[in-house]
This record gives sequence, C-alpha cells and structure tokens, in this order.
Amino acid sequence: MTTNQNPGTPINILLVEDNPGEARLALEALKESRLNNKLYIIEDGEEALFLLYKKGKYADAPTPDLILLDLNLPKKNGLEVLSIIKHDTRLRRIPVIILTISSAVEDIIKSYDLYANCYITKPIDLDKFTQVIKTIEDFWLSTAQLPPENNGNP
Amino acid sequence: MKNELTPIDILLVEDNPGDSRLAKEALKDSKLKNNLFIVDDGEEAMKFLKKESPYENVPRPDLILLDLNLPKKDGREVLKEIKTDDHLKRIPVVILTMSKAEEDIFKSYNLHANCFITKPIDLDQFIKVVQSIENFWLTIVKLPNEAK
Repeated sequence: MTTNQNPGTPINILLVEDNPGEARLALEALKESRLNNKLYIIEDGEEALFLLYKKGKYADAPTPDLILLDLNLPKKNGLEVLSIIKHDTRLRRIPVIILTISSAVEDIIKSYDLYANCYITKPIDLDKFTQVIKTIEDFWLSTAQLPPENNGNP
Repeated sequence: MKNELTPIDILLVEDNPGDSRLAKEALKDSKLKNNLFIVDDGEEAMKFLKKESPYENVPRPDLILLDLNLPKKDGREVLKEIKTDDHLKRIPVVILTMSKAEEDIFKSYNLHANCFITKPIDLDQFIKVVQSIENFWLTIVKLPNEAK
C-alpha cells in the first residue's frame, strides 16, 4: 500500500487498482491537487475490504471519503466489493466511482443497479487518463459535497 | 444503447422557477444534445418516472437533478422511492439543493443519492455548477441508458 500525504486535514481517497502504471498516474495527478488529499492504493478486492473493515494492519486506517474502484481485480472482483460496500449500513454512504477499462453495457447497468455512484471508462491514452483523474478530483472534492462521518446530530 | 447523437434526457425536479430557468439556460449551451424536463413537485416527479398520466409518453430520464425541499412530496421521499424501485434505482440522482446541513448530506448518500451538491446562492456560481454537472455527468461518466 502506498500513500501520498499533503499537510493539513486530508480527504482520504481509496483507489482499488491492480495496474501499477495507472495507480502511479493517479497518485501523480492527485498530488497536484490544490486540495489536501491522501491516496491509499490497494491492488485487490480482498485487501480493499480489509482496509474498509479495519482488519489487521488496517486497524487505524481512516474510513475513505471517496473510493475509486476498478472492476477487474484479483482475489475479489470489483462488483463483489461494490455490492458489499453498498449493502453495509456503515459503508454505503461512501461515494464509489467505478473506474475501469470495460465499457460493456452489462457492466455499466450492473454497477448502477448495485448503487455505484458513477461509472467511468478509463481512457487508454495516459494523458487522457490523468485528465479524467483531475476531473474526478475537481468534481468530487470541490463541486460535490462528500458525506460526513456521521449524520451531524450530536 | 444510446449513441453520441441521441440526446440525453434530464429530469429536473425544482420548485424555484428562477433556479429552473437558470439551469435550463446553462444546459441549453451544452455541447451535448440534451432534453430537459422540469417538474416542480415531488408527486409530479414520481408520476413522470412511473409514466402515469399525463406522462405516458415521456422518456425515462438518463439523469435526475433533484431538489430536497419540494412541495407535495419531499425530495428525500422521492429519492427513497427511486432508489428502492428495481426499474428506477439505476438512474443517477444528483441532489441539487440549498441545504448544506450535514444531516441532509449524510442521509442522502445513505439513501443512495449518486451525489450531493449545495446550490450556490450566487447566480454565476450556480450556472458554473450546472455546467460542472454537465461536464462530469454528460461527458466523462457513462450513464446507464438503455435502448429506448
């Protein structure tokens, strides 16, 4: 697991991506954000769930504010991970952005039916991929509101 | 599956005529063809989505922009009904509301709102936000639209 930290109170982003090249690009793109964020990179579906459930070495890992999730993952595929997150009352509020090679209609519909917040097909071109990460960052960290830890009631 | 030439159908559920006018203007300038349908209360929204009279021939929206504070049926209730309906739940719902209350944000995401945006009071900023929604949801994102 690699992280990138900017000073201050960061927005925690979990990237579940088994392609190291793309993970690296995402890391670089988010490092340039003017908004303080911390990126956790996990390479397989099982490990992602360990982090989300704070198992073992992830006991102190913060709950992510945003999840970027590939569909084709080793050990546990993205749709299974998505389904688990969105059926868990403690995790379902976390926005999950599917970020995957597939543009298959079936994958798109299944993802939305499982309550994926949005679905993005990764561009093959690396510059365009970086641009997409920046657009995600711009929209989800500036325009949209991310859910708070609790419902705001004291 | 829709191709690039098929317009995207957007349902705006908004009771403030000023805000819906602004949204309409902002989306008219979009480089992507879109049809904007506007209803101004929660009951009408559900009739539209269920194609009940007088909405028998409307298309299923590809995207819904939903205010929370609506007459007749509250936006929170509309959101819940959409996201528990097997046929409607896949439609992305962007909450677009005056509220920035943590409770509203939390509850909306919990009810599977796809995203939550607090409307800026400033009109120019509001237009920018609508354009931002258009840029993200109509160009970058793949919408679950089916052959219609």
